[in-house]
Amino acid sequence: MADAVLFEFLHTEMVAELWAPDADPGSGSADRITPQHKAGLSGKKKSWSVLEGLGFRVGQALGERLPRETLAVREELDALKFLCKDLWAAMFQKHMDGLRTNHQGTYVLQDNNFPLLLTMGSGSQYIEEAPKFLAFTCGLLCGALHTLGFRSLVTASVTALPACKFQVVMQKS
Amino acid sequence: MSRQANRGTESKKMSSELFTLTYGALVTQLCKDYESDEDVNKQLDRMGYNIGVRLIEDFLARSNVGRCHDFRETADVIAKVAFKMYLGITPSITNWSPAGDEFSLILENNPLVDFVELPDSHSSLIYSNLLCGVLRGALEMVQMAVEAKFVQDTLKGDGVTEIRMRFLRRIEDNLPAGEE
Repeated sequence: MADAVLFEFLHTEMVAELWAPDADPGSGSADRITPQHKAGLSGKKKSWSVLEGLGFRVGQALGERLPRETLAVREELDALKFLCKDLWAAMFQKHMDGLRTNHQGTYVLQDNNFPLLLTMGSGSQYIEEAPKFLAFTCGLLCGALHTLGFRSLVTASVTALPACKFQVVMQKS
Repeated sequence: MSRQANRGTESKKMSSELFTLTYGALVTQLCKDYESDEDVNKQLDRMGYNIGVRLIEDFLARSNVGRCHDFRETADVIAKVAFKMYLGITPSITNWSPAGDEFSLILENNPLVDFVELPDSHSSLIYSNLLCGVLRGALEMVQMAVEAKFVQDTLKGDGVTEIRMRFLRRIEDNLPAGEE
């Protein structure tokens, strides 16, 4: 068993390291071209997708390691319930506070006390800083859904800390 | 008494899987971002340091451990209290130098390396180097300058993982933290 604090601090460090636009101190050669550079994305977009990508990989792996029977889930709603209960419990030792849907493939998952924002304070003081602490988790949800066989787009929004909403839009293939 | 009343601040336990997987994803990303393993090692150490300087506060608030009077006591606290609290393992302490300023932490199972195999192309990567940074950063906050480094690693075929700890000096109060 690891301590949850450790994950929180690691997450903070990851954000600090990977969010900075053009984080490239001291790397040897200058002519190296990564896909991100090629795409010519702005620093911000790049940072978001890097963190999201990390989350995605973790979510994929986590989805595989959670209870077997859940892998048989084929109904969208069951998959979302799985995220709200099992995945959230595995990560944050609690359940998601709310799950809403328009029955057309869009779901809104609400957490009134999102642990990664909890220590930042309440209200709107640091609201501009909030998005970078959500990218990883968006990727995580998306990755877990991917393991369950669903393609999705996950975005997050915050109106007042530490509450936040994750919007999951299912992609029809 | 006040300890008992502090239940609310007790931290939550999670399975180490999430932590392990997240760490793995981070190392993967750093290996993409930096060209040489040495740079990745450095970066992991730096991030660990930043974690350590914050983690020590959490540790002191929760563990009821006072100031250590010598390095041996420090070693005990690190292995039996801190590692247990944060990673759920208890490394053993061996190989004291005659002067008592060096010892080794032997980790039989390192939770950071579950599900990990090092590809041949990364032979100089010190996968769990974050731990060294954490140890260094945390101890610096209690006025101890130390050097921590991996000398054995199960990922590299050794039987156990060994972190060598070396006491450099006591940091005087009037020096700003982090000054060399």
